[in-house]
Amino acid sequence: MSPVSAVLRRELRSYFVTPVAYVFLVIFLVLAGILTFYAGDFYERGQADLQPFFMMHPWLYLILVPAITMRMWAEEAKGGTLELLLTLPLTLWQAMLGKFLAAWLFIGLALVLTFPVWITVNYLGSPDNGVILAGYLGSWLMAGSFIAIGACLSALTRSQVVAFILTALVCVLLILVGQPQVLDFFSGTLPRKLINAVAHLSMLRHFEAIARGVLDIRDLTYFLLSTIGWLITGVLLLDLKRTR
Amino acid sequence: MIETDQLTRCYGNLTAVDALSIRVEPGQVLGLLGPNGAGKSTAMRMIAGFLVPTSGTARVCGHDVGREPLKAKRALGYLPEGAPSYGEMTVREFLQFIVRMRGLKAEAGYRQFDAVVQQLQLEEVLGLCIDTLSKGLRRRVGLAQAILHDPPVLMLDEPTDGLDPNQKHAVRQLIDAMARDRTILISTHLLEEVHALCNRVVIIAHGKLLADATPAELEARSRYHGAVSFSAPGSGMSQEMLGRLPQVAAIEVDPLDGRITVFPKPGERILEPVETLLREQGLEVSEIQLERGRLDEVFRQITTGGDGDLAGGHA
Repeated sequence: MSPVSAVLRRELRSYFVTPVAYVFLVIFLVLAGILTFYAGDFYERGQADLQPFFMMHPWLYLILVPAITMRMWAEEAKGGTLELLLTLPLTLWQAMLGKFLAAWLFIGLALVLTFPVWITVNYLGSPDNGVILAGYLGSWLMAGSFIAIGACLSALTRSQVVAFILTALVCVLLILVGQPQVLDFFSGTLPRKLINAVAHLSMLRHFEAIARGVLDIRDLTYFLLSTIGWLITGVLLLDLKRTR
Repeated sequence: MIETDQLTRCYGNLTAVDALSIRVEPGQVLGLLGPNGAGKSTAMRMIAGFLVPTSGTARVCGHDVGREPLKAKRALGYLPEGAPSYGEMTVREFLQFIVRMRGLKAEAGYRQFDAVVQQLQLEEVLGLCIDTLSKGLRRRVGLAQAILHDPPVLMLDEPTDGLDPNQKHAVRQLIDAMARDRTILISTHLLEEVHALCNRVVIIAHGKLLADATPAELEARSRYHGAVSFSAPGSGMSQEMLGRLPQVAAIEVDPLDGRITVFPKPGERILEPVETLLREQGLEVSEIQLERGRLDEVFRQITTGGDGDLAGGHA
């Protein structure tokens, strides 16, 4: 697995030598704080939990994850380093995995750095820390799925802008698809079964379940499968590019 | 060893590489020569395993690039066109990344790292960002990357492109030094490079193999091979005399500097008869030269399939 860790280290380092990492961390932390305390009615709810905090995460990821993943393959394709990377002795899988893990660990770091929020809520009351832990886990899993989508779509194009827009688009669809408003809109035209099936594709629904502290195997499987599925698609896309 | 068998690659209707079969043995430095867009880079990309051939196969050290890509890639050191590298990394970080990717063990890795850095004179720039380096230095970093694992097979896509004459010389010396027991395939469109480096030349155009020979054999195909040229002021009369020599096929005078070139009939040697004649005529000849043949002319003939003069006129 040495090539995977070599790619992982290189990717992580590239986040930190370019301003990407710092810009991301600052924006993520500031926005997470502001949205939680102002938009999320953190105080007014009068409850010692982090629900408002976690409910902001899908929307934060929607903007910030594509910004992390857009360069993943598009930049390599454009700069010619893809040829260098793929003629080194590693499989496409190892390259994809290394890049994915780097981004996922990075988001993990961003989540860890939100610890002041956790301290605050523990200082103000006595929350169920098990639920909070589940919330963090759910958030990280959801980030993994977002990153996998971004990794796949970045492999599709040489343009980082296109990769960003496509990723944000797919992510927003997957967030919104389970919302009652969206489902109601289609309830007249589409069969009930299809609507139910589509509702199950919703990131938000599975994430909210985990964030409430309910660790259902189905929700975990959803995130794991969607992550793996998008990564496989990304690898297939890269492979397809070699033959075209 | 590099072997390709009917290697073909199409982009839509365009056949970039057309049934290319070559075999490069250890000890050979093969120059893949061709005009821009001839399919040199595409062929190399397929051998390196970056592109999948439309049909045909490529093998590196006996490993089929399609079936055993990792084994083939391990045996190969490859410098892609333009020497791409990660600009935000320092030279040291980049080469250490390659060491890790190549799976070199700690001690062997350090030894190779030091040796290559010294060979390519990169000591002073190890701590610099690759983005800030000159084109020549970047090319050297790319070369360092390619030879870091001491591969038995080297493939370099335009290794001296964009270098100044001194840097070109240094890179050629390096390749020369590595050539002894390795298989080396370089692509180039520089004819001087072929002279300086290669003991075998393959010329391709439109993806097809058009010639496979040593540089000397190619030169022998030139109209100029065995021709004698000299400058002599006031030699108008002697031209007629020269034309009467039985070995001479034609005479040309350069309209710019009045230099006279005498072409032999096939298989004839004309240096001595020409010299003798000039001496008999009592002509002052400042300098006389026996031509080996002009590669650029042969190159044009082969790649344009016609009269080389159409492509740009001879010097």
